[in-house]
Amino acid sequence: MDIMLPATDGGSLTWKGGVENMSVHSGSLLQVNSLIKHFDVVERGIIGRKKVGEVHAVDNVTFDIARGETLGLVGESGCGKTTTGKVLLFLEPPTSGSVIFHGMDVFDAFRKGGSAADAKKLRRGMQMVFQNPYTSLDPRMTIFDILSEPFVIHKNIPKDQWKERVYELLRMVNLEEYHAERYPHEFSGGQRQRIAIARALAVDPEFIVCDEPVSSLDVSIRAQILNLLVDLQQKKHFSYLYISHDLSSVRQVSQRVAVMYLGEIVELAETNALYDNPLHPYTQALISAVPVPDVKHKTTRIILPGEVPSPINPPDGCRFHPRCPYATDICKQVAPKFEDKLVPRHFVACHHADKFVR
Amino acid sequence: MTKLLEVTDLRTYFFTEAGVVKAVDGITVSVDEGKTIGLVGESGSGKSVTAQSVLRIVPRPGKIVGGAIRFDGEDLLTKSESEMRKMRGSKMAVVFQDPTTSLNPVYTVRKQLADILLLHKGLSKDQAYKTALGLLEKVGIQEPESRLNAYPHELSGGMKQRIAIARALSCEPKLLFADEPTTNLDVTIQAQVLELLKQLQKEYGMTMVMITHDMGIVADMTERVTVLYAGKVMEEADTVTLFTNPKHPYTEALLKAVPSVAQTRALEVIPGNIPNLIEPPTGCVFHPRCKFAKDICMKEAPQWETVSDGHYVACHRWRELNLEGRS
Repeated sequence: MDIMLPATDGGSLTWKGGVENMSVHSGSLLQVNSLIKHFDVVERGIIGRKKVGEVHAVDNVTFDIARGETLGLVGESGCGKTTTGKVLLFLEPPTSGSVIFHGMDVFDAFRKGGSAADAKKLRRGMQMVFQNPYTSLDPRMTIFDILSEPFVIHKNIPKDQWKERVYELLRMVNLEEYHAERYPHEFSGGQRQRIAIARALAVDPEFIVCDEPVSSLDVSIRAQILNLLVDLQQKKHFSYLYISHDLSSVRQVSQRVAVMYLGEIVELAETNALYDNPLHPYTQALISAVPVPDVKHKTTRIILPGEVPSPINPPDGCRFHPRCPYATDICKQVAPKFEDKLVPRHFVACHHADKFVR
Repeated sequence: MTKLLEVTDLRTYFFTEAGVVKAVDGITVSVDEGKTIGLVGESGSGKSVTAQSVLRIVPRPGKIVGGAIRFDGEDLLTKSESEMRKMRGSKMAVVFQDPTTSLNPVYTVRKQLADILLLHKGLSKDQAYKTALGLLEKVGIQEPESRLNAYPHELSGGMKQRIAIARALSCEPKLLFADEPTTNLDVTIQAQVLELLKQLQKEYGMTMVMITHDMGIVADMTERVTVLYAGKVMEEADTVTLFTNPKHPYTEALLKAVPSVAQTRALEVIPGNIPNLIEPPTGCVFHPRCKFAKDICMKEAPQWETVSDGHYVACHRWRELNLEGRS
């Protein structure tokens, strides 16, 4: 399953953002190849520790992200979506695989013996916004300190310009200059999340991993943050990996979407293609399960039996087969290939996907 | 249609050191027997505190300071604590958001289900065991015999919520409060639990109050909706009317601010933040965030007005505004 996804076919940076404009291809910025992350399960005995198993958190994940593009990564809890985001930035060391950002090997730079200069350069290029703005901001630092800390580390701007730059960052996320002197506890959840976004922007990154950036916020605040992310992207042309379990917000912000199940990507396609004609039975069930805020909307909900199996001993063959309504013998034995031979650029890993092409 | 529950001008305040938090400040809501209504609102809107007030389980330093609650022809606010204990679990029950904290970690599932049956129904231990077994089957738990002897930590989130539902239904209550029952669950498990609630409601002819912030769940599950904001009622209508012909700017804004899995459209932003309930805004509580606010909205609290039969709104300007719903 080591297929390179052709996401790029040249082009300029004239992208206007939003989901209407689907053709965002101006060179692949980030390539993820056969990424694997296993966590050891250990048992502590009287004489040391013994490895008793492995959690297959991320298994053979391959995708790429174009400049200015948002790739949505959806899945249920425990499917490995957050781990994928963390491993990309080397916040968790990978088990194997590679990530190429701007032609540089990310893992080589961060591993022992890697170049410290490269590692710093990569940190400036790749940033992350975390789910919970109540824990991701240091409560003892003022907003000015939080937003200028990257300048201390990266020395990217002279000290006499810090103030100006911090104010600029605050304005970018629709906050006011006087907010710089305050502490995180003086802000609401939505405002904190904007500060977290401003911090990510402080080093002028080209790629931002957004891990459930609106999940902990109230409904009326979510739209503020979603629109802010899209607006900033239009101005700065950076790329996002937007990780979420919420299929509605993923549809809203992404140009392409990848669906994860038990550590694997089972489907990856352009947003409308994926939502309007999902080819994997898991994607179909996932989309049908989301309640739609329209009273006249009628769908038949596909109710999956049972729950997600343990990633310690994932099922053989297709990992989804124990819950799949279409599973046959082949699904129990052979893992399906992840390919786009049915519909170009619509990648799916299912033996029976041909049944669902419309 | 008889009204099973009538809450009139309820006021529940929390007397904290920082000041008096008016969590529920004049909420009026009623539920017809056998129907499902939705209480919709964001955090701090007073939706959960309303349910806690009806059940008389408002945590300290909260206190019901005014209003009336009539349930099944009885006045709940004059009842003694021991009378309330007899009603809770038997006539009205609740399913909370987080089954990890609502189930007792040190008792087995069997004990938690049987205790209620022993207390309210006076069953023998043997009968209680059999009833508990039947309940687990009813809520779709596989291998119910072995699950009965399990402790909550041995079960998954979806299964724990099914057990919480089984426990709530064990005495066939007339009224069930479902307080964000699926917020902590994954989408596919949420779908299972919502289907289960629908099916059980039909089977038992139960009246249900669905407390949620998710407009999708409202559209899917409820027949009537009451929209709450900052401890007050903004609008009440049957679900279809509320979605297609909202009269309150907050309802409209909420409908336009949520993304949908079925289509994409521009999201409208509601500016500002949820107000502080110690010093709520003057006049209409929504005015600082309302794009239609005028002078009067800052000065006077709007009256509760009838739009049409069964459709009520609290807004000074509802007659002149041309609001859009979602089809």
